[in-house]
Amino acid sequence: MSGASRQRALRIAAPLAIGVMFLAAWEAIVRLQGIPSYILPAPSAVAASLWTDGPSLMGSLLVTLRITLAALAAAALIGGGIALLFSLSRILELSLFPYAVILQVTPIVAIAPLIIIWVHQPFLALLVCAWIVAFFPIVSNTTVGLNSADRNLLALFRLYGASRAQVLLYLRLPTALPYFLAGLRISGGLALIGAVVAEFVAGTGGAETGLAFRILESGYRLAIPRLFAALFLLSLTGIVIYLLLDLLSRRLLRNWHESVAGKREE
Amino acid sequence: MMISVASVSDSEASPAPVRARDNPTPVVRLSGVSKRFASGLEALGGVDLAVASGEFLSLLGPSGCGKSTLLRIVAGLAEPTAGTCMVNVGGQPGRTAPAGRVGFVFQDPTLMPWSTVAANVELPFRIAGRVRAAERERVAAALRAVGLAGFERSYPHQLSGGMRMRVSIARALVTEPELLLLDEPFAALDEITRLALNDDLLRLWEAHRPTILFVTHSVFESVYLSTRIAVMASRPGRIVADLPVNLPQPRDRKARSSPAYAALCDTVSAALSDAMGEALSG
Repeated sequence: MSGASRQRALRIAAPLAIGVMFLAAWEAIVRLQGIPSYILPAPSAVAASLWTDGPSLMGSLLVTLRITLAALAAAALIGGGIALLFSLSRILELSLFPYAVILQVTPIVAIAPLIIIWVHQPFLALLVCAWIVAFFPIVSNTTVGLNSADRNLLALFRLYGASRAQVLLYLRLPTALPYFLAGLRISGGLALIGAVVAEFVAGTGGAETGLAFRILESGYRLAIPRLFAALFLLSLTGIVIYLLLDLLSRRLLRNWHESVAGKREE
Repeated sequence: MMISVASVSDSEASPAPVRARDNPTPVVRLSGVSKRFASGLEALGGVDLAVASGEFLSLLGPSGCGKSTLLRIVAGLAEPTAGTCMVNVGGQPGRTAPAGRVGFVFQDPTLMPWSTVAANVELPFRIAGRVRAAERERVAAALRAVGLAGFERSYPHQLSGGMRMRVSIARALVTEPELLLLDEPFAALDEITRLALNDDLLRLWEAHRPTILFVTHSVFESVYLSTRIAVMASRPGRIVADLPVNLPQPRDRKARSSPAYAALCDTVSAALSDAMGEALSG
C-alpha cells in the first residue's frame, strides 16, 4: 500500500472509527443508566424511528429541500447578478453594498415573521427568508472576484483594444469563478439553515410540512426519537449539498485553479 | 576604457543624443518626457529618445530608475505628465500604435490560468474578433517559433517558469508586431533558462526584425542582445548614456566569450556605475 493511498484510507477510517465509538458509547450509557427515550433516545431507537417514520419524514425533507434549492438558485442568480452590476458601476456598489450588509447582519429569526405576513404564499415566504440568508456570501465573494483581475492582464487587454464586454467575458468572469464557487459552497449550507429557521418561525408551512415543522411537532409530542431522526436527515442533507457543490467546484476548476490543480500533482 | 568596436564617442558627456537624423521617421520618439506620480515621485525627468526601425534597444538601469514607466508610456498604458511620446508603426504615426501592431511582454508571464496555451496565444486574435484557420495556423507557428509545439492543449500550471515565459513571448509575437516591448521578461528565471531564452529572442528578432525596446538590469544581457543601450539613472529617471553595440551579427553564444563582448560589458558597466554613483550622490 503506497503512502498516498494509506493516507486516503486513514482519512476515511479515522473519522468513521470515532463515529462508531461515539455511537457505541451513547448506546451503552443510555442502556446502562436507563435514560428514558423522551430525554435521550439511544441510537438504536433513532434508527428504528428512521425506519418507521422514514417515508413521511422523506416527504417533509423533500419540502425543505425544494425551498433550499430554490433559494440557493435564486441566491446564485440574483447574487451573481448584483455582483456583476457592482463591478460595472462603482457608484452602484458604493451606494448599495451597505444595504446588502444590513440585510446580512439582521437576524433572519427577527424578520421572518414580517416576511411571512407580507408574503402570503407560504412557499414563497420561506423561499424569501432562505434567500436573504444565502445571497450575501455570493454577492460579497463574486464582487471581490470580479475586481481581482490581474493588472498586467488588464493592461494587455487594453493594448489589444478589448471592449468592456470582452474584458468582462474573457477576463473578469473567469477570474471571479473560483470566488463565486467559494461563495456558493457557503451559501448551500446557509440556504438550508435559512429554510429551516424560517419554517420554525412560520409554524405550519400550510398543507405541506417541512422537516423543521416535524422537529417542532415531535418535540411537542415528546416523540424524541423521531426528532433525532429528523435532525439526522437534516444534517445528512447539509452534508450532501456541500459535497455536491464541492464536486461542482472541483470539476469547473480542475484544469487551472491552485485549490484543485495543485493538489492533483502531489 | 575606449574600444574601437564600442565607439562610445562622447555620449556619456552629453546624455541621450536624439538620433532622429539617422532615420527620418523613428518608430518611437520621446521628447522631454516626464512622469510624476500622484505620490509626488518623479519617475521620469525629461527623457529624449528616438528608436529607429529594426533597432534592438536595451533600457539598462538600476531598480526604480523609471525604465518600466518609460515602456508603459510607449505602450500607451501610462501618459507622460510633460513632453510627448509618438509611436509610428504600420505607417500610422500617433500617440499609440494601432491594436495588435505592438507586442508587450511583462516580467511575469501574465497568462490566463483558465485557458490552454493555444487559447492564451490566440488572445490577441480573439479580442480582434477574428479567429479562423489562418489565425490558428499563426498561433501554431508562434508556438513552434518558441519551441512549444505540442503543448497547445496544456494549461499554464503544467509548465515550467521558462516555458510559461515562452508562451508569453509567443502571444506577443503572434500578431507579428513591428514594435516589441519587453519589461524585464527574464528577470525571474534561472540562469540556464535565461541564456536559452536570450538566444531564442535573438533568433526571433533576426527572423522578423521588429523594433525592440528591452528593459533589463543585466549588463551582460543587454550587451549580448542589443544593437544599442540606453543607460538610465534614477531620481528622476533619465538617460545618461547612449551606447551603440557594434558586435557582429548574427550573434551566438561564442560572442559571449569574445574580447569585444567583454570590453563592451566593461564599458557599459562603467556607464552604469557612473549612473548609479550620480543617483547616490545626487
